[in-house]
Amino acid sequence: MNLTLKIWRQKNANDKGKLVEYPISDISPDMSFLEMLDVLNEGLINKGEEPVEFDHDCREGICGMCSLYINGEAHGPDRGVTTCQLHMRMFKDGDTIVIEPFRAAAFPVIKDLVVDRSSFDRIQQAGGFISVNTSGNTIDANTIPINKHDADTAFDSATCIGCGACVASCKNSSAMLFVGAKVSQYALLPQGQIEATDRVLNMIKQMDEEGFGSCTNTGACEVECPKGISLENIARVNREYMKAVLKG
Amino acid sequence: MALDSKIPAGPLEDKWTNHKNSINLVNPANKRQIDVIVVGTGLAGGSAAATLAELGYNVKAFCFQDSARRAHSIAAQGGINAAKNYQGDGDSTYRLFYDTVKGGDYRSREANVYRLAEVSANIIDQCVAQGVPFAREYGGLLDNRSFGGVLVSRTFYAAGQTGQQLLLGAYSALNRQIGRGKVKMYSRHEMLDVVIVDGKARGIIARNLVTGEIERHSAHAVVLGTGGYGNVFFLSTNAMGSNVTAAWKAHKRGAYFANPCYTQIHPTCIPVSGDHQSKLTLMSESLRNDGRIWVPKHKKDVEAIRAGSLKPTQLEEADRDYYLERRYPAFGNLVPRDVASRAAKERCDAGFGVNATGEAVYLDFSAAFVRYGKEQAHIKGLNEDDAAVVRQLGQEVVKNKYGNLFQMYEKIVDQNPYETPMMIYPAVHYTMGGIWVDYNLQTTVPGLYAIGEANFSDHGANRLGASALMQGLADGYFVLPYTIGDYLADDIRTGAIPTNSPAFDEAEKSVKDNIAHLINNNGTHSVDHFHKRLGKIMWDKCGMARNAKDLESAIVEIAELRKEFWKDVRVPGTNEEFNEELAKALRVADFLELGELFAKDALLREESAGGHFREEYQTEDGEAQRRTEFQYVSAWEYKGEPKDAVLHKEELTYENIEVKERSYK
Repeated sequence: MNLTLKIWRQKNANDKGKLVEYPISDISPDMSFLEMLDVLNEGLINKGEEPVEFDHDCREGICGMCSLYINGEAHGPDRGVTTCQLHMRMFKDGDTIVIEPFRAAAFPVIKDLVVDRSSFDRIQQAGGFISVNTSGNTIDANTIPINKHDADTAFDSATCIGCGACVASCKNSSAMLFVGAKVSQYALLPQGQIEATDRVLNMIKQMDEEGFGSCTNTGACEVECPKGISLENIARVNREYMKAVLKG
Repeated sequence: MALDSKIPAGPLEDKWTNHKNSINLVNPANKRQIDVIVVGTGLAGGSAAATLAELGYNVKAFCFQDSARRAHSIAAQGGINAAKNYQGDGDSTYRLFYDTVKGGDYRSREANVYRLAEVSANIIDQCVAQGVPFAREYGGLLDNRSFGGVLVSRTFYAAGQTGQQLLLGAYSALNRQIGRGKVKMYSRHEMLDVVIVDGKARGIIARNLVTGEIERHSAHAVVLGTGGYGNVFFLSTNAMGSNVTAAWKAHKRGAYFANPCYTQIHPTCIPVSGDHQSKLTLMSESLRNDGRIWVPKHKKDVEAIRAGSLKPTQLEEADRDYYLERRYPAFGNLVPRDVASRAAKERCDAGFGVNATGEAVYLDFSAAFVRYGKEQAHIKGLNEDDAAVVRQLGQEVVKNKYGNLFQMYEKIVDQNPYETPMMIYPAVHYTMGGIWVDYNLQTTVPGLYAIGEANFSDHGANRLGASALMQGLADGYFVLPYTIGDYLADDIRTGAIPTNSPAFDEAEKSVKDNIAHLINNNGTHSVDHFHKRLGKIMWDKCGMARNAKDLESAIVEIAELRKEFWKDVRVPGTNEEFNEELAKALRVADFLELGELFAKDALLREESAGGHFREEYQTEDGEAQRRTEFQYVSAWEYKGEPKDAVLHKEELTYENIEVKERSYK
């Protein structure tokens, strides 16, 4: 396959940045999208040019490190995958592919396609945990049975990989799907009940402070989420928040 | 220096309890005066950092990823072992200990393994208390499954992403401490050297991967939870950034490196598709609970399949060779990983590989669809003889258990594994070797500790499935936080460690000199060019089967490649910016040294044990042949060049388990 890439190049956070065009040829449909970028970079290095920086690590769709806004969609045109799992067979010979970083005020660009998502970490630090000591001297794991449906739903929420596609896809740059998934995991488990009120208040407060936008329930986040985190999580965090506010 | 493993005296089952009762503690007020650096935030590093902070120490945690949650433990799929015996199938601490020592081909330390089995049950309790959503049965209790090399069901799991759920548990504990100010987190930082002051580890040199700044960080002790070195093979199931640099720098500063040749080649990975391949993807061992592995019995069918004129689903049962069930009737498809990998290689080498490259075998779920489907049809009162209904019901059960793995497979290979068997082939996955540590997890450098995959301690020559997660969390939550106190008790009056000492000056200078050399080198080839060549040498000559001649030539070739790398590598850009090529170059430079030591260690070990298979030492049936004279740990001391490393032996003694032929027949 022969393709034309238009890639966002930005030297650092203060640079203005611009799209630069790169032709690329002999791309196999079996390559992953990132392997295609590897080929581009190898060529750039051999020509004495600076390679395109992008985040990636596990390359099997679980670490959440890879990002990329491809032809106007977070993680590209396929559904239920991260960019590293996107394969070139999703494109046609002769296509032009526009590649940009995840864009949001709370995700400043570091360089080229690499952004800073530490705002997600700070939201979790504000309350995304259960305050038990790691002594191992807790109760036996089977002391509290958990309804399988609740356990499975908590797991579904917990499959969020924290990549930020929801934020990048949202016209308001809202992080409600991410926060909803985190709050839901704990809200659905008996272990999470004790601190439920403080948790949701603290996490939402931190989310607002980080500069994420408000949720208007357009649902773009659910469509683009590589792990299929559903809008129910947003409904649940809203309920949890309401409960917490009413409780005071 | 003579090796002292510091194994406590007394009966095996009392060693850990007695040891905990007799070692020194640091009082809570004094803990506030003590700093600890933890490098790596995977299951081992993340859990250790959280626990040390919770105990009251001041912790600085480092990871090269953009968030602590992305350490490669996240990608572990199948599960975590624990001797809970919830299934009532005869499991016990002793059985988990026994299986692990046998699985490791009698090359691990008894006392460490027993302790691991002993604390395993606490891990599950801890994780459930933290809100880890393990799989449950309809009654609300925890579910289990089986892994290779054992005869019980002791593996706890969260679908096919147990690693992510456990790591998020550790990450949440870490976040709690970051929020309280007890852990200072440095993400996008890479450790490039360890600093030794008066013979003790007192800090690290780290590079800020965003700004390029070279930073000095001091502490009273340094803990490495930096994972394994599988990426020395270029292609592996490790993450792209996984590297040996922290461990290797520790080795160069005096930490002995143990059993570097013990590598786990995992039997069920997606086969290589072409030269563009950047990494390999694992298909969890848990799939062998329900998948049957086979190749065609006859060459003519192999050829027809490769030519595309025959589909695997069309081949009659009688024309299939379920070679694991044939060779190992007692364990069948659930033999340990090393055995399953060698058996796949044997069939493919004999010409029975089922894809174009001849390097793939089938992993087939059709029998499981029928088995589960009939069960469901029976429960739901549907017709058990209706094949289509049964198959659909069965597929739903399998989807529930392994859905995300099937989806991954389909996205990568572009074939639907519900309709046609998966194709799989062995790939580098885990390294049992690592930094030598004593019973306290301390390296040969006082104050320098290694935990998780970064150390060598618990898995011998082969790790059993679902034991890496167990070891990472055992080390981080329950072992290191105790044993490090014994060392730090002497430091309560030391005060903060200054970073302006000559030792810090020297370490920083050597890091900066290396970087300057790479940036100004103006060579002709990229870092990946050298990494791929190293990987090819390693795979061809130090891979699933090794022999003296190949290993000797590997040592020479790697040394030559290393010279060429330093002369001819091209690193674009500058140090003072985000520069992934520079980060990669620094990592590959260390792989080029480790690779040579790896080959030297494999050459010395004139026996076959676990993942280390020397063609010269095999039984008539082609099984690994251990030799009693090699019942020791090889611990290598750095002496300037990898080939000049000096061997120290830690003899292994087995008092609680009979060393016998490791049979899975």
